[in-house]
Amino acid sequence: MTPATWPLPGNPETALAFDAARLRRLLIVPALFDEGNRLRRFTVEVMRRLDCAGIDSLLPDLPGTNESLLPLAAQDCDLWREAMLVVARHFGATHVLGLRGGCLFTPDLPAFHYAPVKGAQILRGMLRARMLAGREAGLDENREALTAMARTEGIVLAGYAFAPALFSELEGLEPASGPPDSGPRVIAQEQIGGSGLWLRAEPDEDPSQADALAAILAEAIQP
Amino acid sequence: MQDDTDLLLRRILTDVLGLKQGQAETFDADTGLFGHLPELDSMAVAGLLTELEDRLDIIIEDDEIDGEMLETFGGLLEFAKAKRATA
Repeated sequence: MTPATWPLPGNPETALAFDAARLRRLLIVPALFDEGNRLRRFTVEVMRRLDCAGIDSLLPDLPGTNESLLPLAAQDCDLWREAMLVVARHFGATHVLGLRGGCLFTPDLPAFHYAPVKGAQILRGMLRARMLAGREAGLDENREALTAMARTEGIVLAGYAFAPALFSELEGLEPASGPPDSGPRVIAQEQIGGSGLWLRAEPDEDPSQADALAAILAEAIQP
Repeated sequence: MQDDTDLLLRRILTDVLGLKQGQAETFDADTGLFGHLPELDSMAVAGLLTELEDRLDIIIEDDEIDGEMLETFGGLLEFAKAKRATA
């Protein structure tokens, strides 16, 4: 596993890569925000297994997250979609895997969607966390007021600064669906076994879950 | 219909807290949750409530969420049962 960079116009972005110039090349669009943190180890564990199975994989940062030099507050959904298209081309990806909210940004390639989730559902949880934290601090914030503020001025949720555009666009985004033979192949948590690691209060790992997802992918990804 | 809310709630807590099999069975009505377990912060509680909604097929309104209902296993269980009864 090596750190890699890929070019957005005027700005190098970073990624983790298992790249041995093999024919099967999987781009992974990470889960979003706090779910991305909680699934990070799982994601990389899956990549290690794919490497052993002869599949290259690349895990980029969404611009404005992790090691990216860009501010998150300058990002919106179009920029993220465009960035994932750029990195897919740069890496020569043959397939793409989206994890949870990452499924909202998978470029047009043969796609796998692991436990896909609507943008609105992600925001609902993050808004709820903000209200709970606010109550502990003696603030009386309600969802309607916070949502209105988020759409016009932006908002900080779980430490992430959302620009109005990113928040508003995410509210309406749903993972793509299509006919079973051409749309993304959905991999549900029931196929993996156990409960989703994004649910954990603290990051955790489960080798059997990583085995299961990697096995499904390795079988399905043909050169 | 037999009420499986207790069982489902223990399962959800197992998943959220990463408990070992059987550990949640030791929870009783007074077992402390929010404010007692350091890992159960606001983000984790938000996730827990969302999961409750999904698995129990209920909608939890923001103004229904208060410290009392989240503080103990018993409080959360009573809340969940009441919600299911009216759902």
